[in-house]
Amino acid sequence: MFDATAEPIIALSHIDMNFTKPSGGTLPVLSGIDVTVHNGEILGLLGRSGSGKSTLLRIAGGLIKPSAGNVVYRNAPLAGPAEGIAVVFQTFALYPWLTVLENVELGLDAAKLRADEARRRAMSAIDLIGLDGFQSAYPRELSGGMRQRVGFARALVSDPILLLMDEPFSALDVLTAETLRTDFLDLWVGHQLPTKAVLMVTHNIEEAVLMCDRIVVLGANPGHVAAEIRVPLAQPRNRLDAAFHAIVDEIYAILTSRMTEAMGSQSQIHGGLVRQLPEVAATRLGGFVEALAAPPFGGRAELAKIARTLALSSKRLFPIAAALHLLEFAELEGGTIKLTAAGRVLAQSDIDGRKRLFRQHLIRFVPLAAHIRQVLDERETHAAPRGRFEYELEDHLPRREADRTMRTAIDWARYAELFTYNDRTRSFSLDRAAA
Amino acid sequence: MEQHAEVLTGANWQQRVPGWRDLVATLLVLGVVILLGVGTHLMVAPFAVEHQSEISLSPTALPLYALRTVMRMLAAMLASLLFTFTYATLAAKSRRAEMVLIPILDVLQSVPILGYLSFTVAFFVALFPGNTMGPELAAIFAIFTSQAWNMAFSFYQSLRTIPTDLDEASRSFRESAWQRFWRLEVPFAMPGLIWNMMMSMSGGWFFVVASEAISVGDLQIALPGVGSYVATAIARRDLAAVGWAILAMTVAIVLYDQLMFRPMVAWADKFRFEQTAAQVFPKSWALDLFRRSGLIARVGRPLAIAMRGGARARLALLPSGATRRVLPQRVGDALWLGLVAGGLIYVGWAIVQYAGSVLSWGDVRLAAGNGALTLARVAILVALASLIWVPIGVFVGLRPELTSRVQPVSQFLAAFPANLLFPVAVFLIVHFRLSPGIWLCPLMILGTQWYILFNVIAGASAFPSDFREAAASFRVRPWRWWREIMLPGIFPYYVTGAITASGGAWNASIVAESVNWGSTNLTAGGLGAYIAQKTAAGDYPHIALGVAVMSVLVITMNRLLWRPLYAYAERRMRLD
Repeated sequence: MFDATAEPIIALSHIDMNFTKPSGGTLPVLSGIDVTVHNGEILGLLGRSGSGKSTLLRIAGGLIKPSAGNVVYRNAPLAGPAEGIAVVFQTFALYPWLTVLENVELGLDAAKLRADEARRRAMSAIDLIGLDGFQSAYPRELSGGMRQRVGFARALVSDPILLLMDEPFSALDVLTAETLRTDFLDLWVGHQLPTKAVLMVTHNIEEAVLMCDRIVVLGANPGHVAAEIRVPLAQPRNRLDAAFHAIVDEIYAILTSRMTEAMGSQSQIHGGLVRQLPEVAATRLGGFVEALAAPPFGGRAELAKIARTLALSSKRLFPIAAALHLLEFAELEGGTIKLTAAGRVLAQSDIDGRKRLFRQHLIRFVPLAAHIRQVLDERETHAAPRGRFEYELEDHLPRREADRTMRTAIDWARYAELFTYNDRTRSFSLDRAAA
Repeated sequence: MEQHAEVLTGANWQQRVPGWRDLVATLLVLGVVILLGVGTHLMVAPFAVEHQSEISLSPTALPLYALRTVMRMLAAMLASLLFTFTYATLAAKSRRAEMVLIPILDVLQSVPILGYLSFTVAFFVALFPGNTMGPELAAIFAIFTSQAWNMAFSFYQSLRTIPTDLDEASRSFRESAWQRFWRLEVPFAMPGLIWNMMMSMSGGWFFVVASEAISVGDLQIALPGVGSYVATAIARRDLAAVGWAILAMTVAIVLYDQLMFRPMVAWADKFRFEQTAAQVFPKSWALDLFRRSGLIARVGRPLAIAMRGGARARLALLPSGATRRVLPQRVGDALWLGLVAGGLIYVGWAIVQYAGSVLSWGDVRLAAGNGALTLARVAILVALASLIWVPIGVFVGLRPELTSRVQPVSQFLAAFPANLLFPVAVFLIVHFRLSPGIWLCPLMILGTQWYILFNVIAGASAFPSDFREAAASFRVRPWRWWREIMLPGIFPYYVTGAITASGGAWNASIVAESVNWGSTNLTAGGLGAYIAQKTAAGDYPHIALGVAVMSVLVITMNRLLWRPLYAYAERRMRLD
């Protein structure tokens, strides 16, 4: 339970993080972040992809140096990976050539223990996390859930004060994730861990509400603290609880309002040419619109509810919602999504009609696509290199986001038959029919 | 913990009563140790250029000769490993070192080894006057130069592609540089390194044979070994002795493969990075034997513990994270680049000075003309070999039964030093009075064509079966099947094989374009013959010219043909 008077374990203040742009300037990914993790709490970092939450976690772990700001870990500045901080990775990061036991012992390499002492502690960590019997197995022989248990055992073996978890359950299937989550919470709530505080990155809203005492919501471009929410519910928490739902809905509302705001502000720069596009395939939008138009929603739904009904994770749902909002097929407001008139027409059209309508909206609301088409129309060859447009994007977006935006624009334009793209020559052109 | 199951099944009985496995394994180990001891002792014997021990053509002398040849291979392999671990690590860790080291490596692997043998022999003989160590080291150095570059490249590539999460895990555990090297970097690089060691080894046999018997001007050296044995047999026109040498070499290569590389490949399988279980596991009877022998396990345990302890030791040259920065980065870069450029300009100037005094433009034209002839030969031979071996390789590779039988043979043929077969071919050419200008050419690709075959076999057998089944179910016509399905499918593998084959052919031209049978000399012209003749005459400036021209041709061919082809193949085969 969160207690503001509790001793701070790690405090990040005024953190800025900049990456270098291809043109030489700097591109901010984190700006002015203040986050403190206190003794006895699980703090969640929640945000869309590109909000820099994993970067922030790595800064807390001493794996990355921030461009500005300072990190204080137990009353001393943090310089590089420190004793008492352990990391659980999204991809497990197990060494495939070491057995389970050897992987866990790796967590003690820096401790200069005697070999038998290291063995004893590794075995007790393996016991604790429910891996006994698997000591001599190699990671490739284990299922995903068991692999992440090794990841946990390896982090816990050094008796860390602060545990950093980077989306620890997101590479697992739903059921496995739930079991591991519950097992971890049991150990935490039962005070069986020496760990005093946990900092956890997640994109799963329900998971954050289920596990964390406090949730920091990060906004994107550049990453900043958008909101901080306390979760004053006692463990174990119940997903069906009304109070639980209320918090989940609140977070959905915060995230959607951040999203619409961000889209609004981006359309101011360069006539919206450098607006980031959500990574979602055009055909997926059609399917979602159909489901939203059909009963029981009838064109209007709470995001939390439709996510549950369609079994979409929030990581999947948000790009779809953002794309529909951007293309004005739907409107996002306070955690609900509502089809516009155009959206209703889209839901009822056949495939050709859908493509026509999509194309109209693409030209009107996605300046990047319209711009590429215009350039192609103006050129006699009806062709243009991708680099020409990408370079401009990369000046305003991190390279990964720029690439993602470009890929989405290409997918949408191909679906709308606005222009085509040849990956071998990396150039855009008009279809003979379209020209 | 791990022992529990063994206690129950009574497996620890084996530890007390030595079984047949122990006997065989012990014999193997002791045998190898004794042979190594004998070989090393012979290497440091006194040596004088004037009175060298006569090479005996008796077949009974061959086992000892073969042993000494194998010893040279082993020594070169150790040197190559040492070089790999230091050079590649330096290049991967230091950005400034990388700027210089990697281009150097790239050029070094294009320089024909046999071309500069004459320089290194003279150098090493002068370094150890009156001791066999000099020529031994020269031979070992020649093999080393045929092995080290691709191993270093592979290790460097691995270090550069260590997955971010493993790197972060290692850093979050605060491993020292030494721990990290043995825990993460070497294991991660292991599969690629072992594969390249095998490739290096199979290329090395060719050079060990060529470098044992060498004469540069007045300096005549014949180190006891299979290569010298064959050279003597050629001088005395003794075809039977050549046959014995071929047999001895075959046995040596098979043993080397079975006792060293098979176990290593099987052992290195655990370093595979893919998290999925593999369908095919590399097997080795020797490794199984060692693993199952309780005695070896007991004797080996202290060694294993010591090695593990060594890897766990927290050695570090600098305390981690405490890199001192004396100069701003840009100033440092500028200074470093200035230093490198200055060095390059000085070396260039020195070369021009020296070359200008002993070489004329006529010499350059002559060498370039010869180079063009050899270039044409290499191109035609690679094309011919491809026409023959690609269809055969695909045919074999698509039939798993056949592959398991043909693949070891093709790998053996690639490793077998083709220069041992030259005398047979030359004998035939002399006997039937054939034109050397044409009939000597196939010798250039005799040894390296197998690289095309076994790479194509590997590619065809790795071709996804659902692609093939799809093609079969759509009843794709044969011509289209070849052009649009099979050839693109094996293309990256083919390019790998063809690069090796063409590089090998350049090297082989030095020994293949000019050959002897007794006192008869056959010459096909070309750059290889040019270098060989200048070497025999001890004409160093012209040897250097020939080597330089050949290096330039090889580098140009790599840059303009092979590298674009390889990049194209990689791009086209990607699905994402």
